[in-house]
Amino acid sequence: MNGIEIVTPGPLTTVQDLGRFGYQRAGFCPSGVMDVPAALIANALVGNKSDADEPMPAVLEMTMQGIVCVFHGDAAFALTGADMPATLNDKDIPSYALHYARSGDTLSIGFARAGCRGYLAFAGGIDVPPVMGSRSTNIKCALGGFEGRKLKRGDMLALYGVGGRLKPRKPVYAEPQHAYTSNGAPLLIRVADGPQIERFSKETIRKFQNAQYTVSVQSDRMGVRLDGEPLPAIGGADIVSDGIPCGAVQVSNAGQPMILLADRQTVGGYAKPFVVIEADLPLLAQARPGDKLRFARVSIRNAQFAALETIADTGLTLRRIDEQYTGSLRFAGFNIKT
Amino acid sequence: MSREFYPRILPAGEQALVVEFGDAIDPAVNDRVVALARSLELRAINGVTETIASYRSLLVLFEPSRISARRLRFMLARRSRAALADRAGGSAGLLYDIPVCYGGAYGPDLPDVAAHCGVSPQEIVRRHSDVVYRVFMLGFMPGFPYLGGLDKALETPRLDTPRALIPAGSVGIGGRQTGVYPLDSPGGWRLIGRTPVRLYDPARSKPVLLQAGDRVRFIPISEEEYERADASCRAGSYEIIARAAEEGGAV
Repeated sequence: MNGIEIVTPGPLTTVQDLGRFGYQRAGFCPSGVMDVPAALIANALVGNKSDADEPMPAVLEMTMQGIVCVFHGDAAFALTGADMPATLNDKDIPSYALHYARSGDTLSIGFARAGCRGYLAFAGGIDVPPVMGSRSTNIKCALGGFEGRKLKRGDMLALYGVGGRLKPRKPVYAEPQHAYTSNGAPLLIRVADGPQIERFSKETIRKFQNAQYTVSVQSDRMGVRLDGEPLPAIGGADIVSDGIPCGAVQVSNAGQPMILLADRQTVGGYAKPFVVIEADLPLLAQARPGDKLRFARVSIRNAQFAALETIADTGLTLRRIDEQYTGSLRFAGFNIKT
Repeated sequence: MSREFYPRILPAGEQALVVEFGDAIDPAVNDRVVALARSLELRAINGVTETIASYRSLLVLFEPSRISARRLRFMLARRSRAALADRAGGSAGLLYDIPVCYGGAYGPDLPDVAAHCGVSPQEIVRRHSDVVYRVFMLGFMPGFPYLGGLDKALETPRLDTPRALIPAGSVGIGGRQTGVYPLDSPGGWRLIGRTPVRLYDPARSKPVLLQAGDRVRFIPISEEEYERADASCRAGSYEIIARAAEEGGAV
């Protein structure tokens, strides 16, 4: 079998693709990679194409710390996202580049120097069965991915047949989409209005945009919890439960905001004054506990311009990687053929 | 808050709109939510990718590259008026008969619930299975139905300390609500029985059995019947009984 054997899994490493869509009405969160551009670039670096059937071949998402694995069979791989130091057979290798491994080689990915989530893509993609249209891991439901759970020591992860046919291409590199600053200046996150914006006074909305928030240690794939200026809702934050879009800023009765992400619940009973624009979700995905955030309210129009900007940037990166890149690029509700 | 006119269409970021039909847990409001969801299923609006129905509103997710928020607002307003006019809702979904083995090992809290309500366990079973419940929405976990219609006399507070593991199929009462756990999970509801029917089965062509607008009736069965039904559910040969719910029927 062509694949990798997990020697050290890291705290939370899961198989993810773009996500499991179409089942939110039944209560399934979409799951999927948190930093979409980083995962797209990782796939492009290893030459994986995307098409309508497979909008994005599955990759590994590693949280804060990478994996150590041994290759069974030759493979090509690339590491993107958080800045994680990596070695192949004890030799340093750069991220955002295409690498080749021989059968028996050991890849060792360390603790993130900056950013929170690293992505590891393999030529051909990870061979796990799609469940309800996606290979993404939904841990809560023990669904999809590798046995519906995070990876652990000894797991054998199959890769789609690339084995002996692997011919090294010319060196391939890419630039990260954004510099992941940790413990530096606050990240600026843009938000559009959410369904319960009218429950918040002008004064509260102004305070929200002037305040600085800290990413709490209780943040995960479900959501980023924020410490800082509370956001009191007029008449309380309890609402009759309604649907939750990705990026929704939810406010509890104590006023503490939480941004709901890939593994969010689909309905909830807290007021949602804002929704983080999709263009800034990758930034949020890379924020780590202790990082500072600031927020700016933008119009729907500007949110969509920002999304198009992200697509243009990512598309450019993908084409620099491979001039013949012909994947489709799905992001923020835009589906662009490159 | 000021009195609102419904339906109203609210923003939910750059890729979603909320169509709100009211501000309360009310079957008549939920009928309209479900009617709009059905309408979008039967006659799709190009660019709409998914909807999430909840008690009183429908979250409509869309792709901005295929339809503008402005145009979608306009189309949803038109569809919503039609949904409002459709008084029967056209929303009555299917009525499911869900067999439940009450009490014993499957419903360990039945005696406590009976004691709390001051009636016999048999009376709890009779009243719990005497109602046609409405599925207001799904959520909390995949396939978990928020049911409306619990007999007020059966309301029982949750456990002080939630159980670490509640087996899938467990039927419970938590405060004013009753429901069925579709997955093994922790939880604090009082367990009064268990159904062999899988509300959620990833291997089934329709992984989640219920949808918003459906109706559910619990049919008491014996332990032997439970074992038999459970075996055929495992084998995939169990036939789930469902029929068109009567328009404007209970709840």
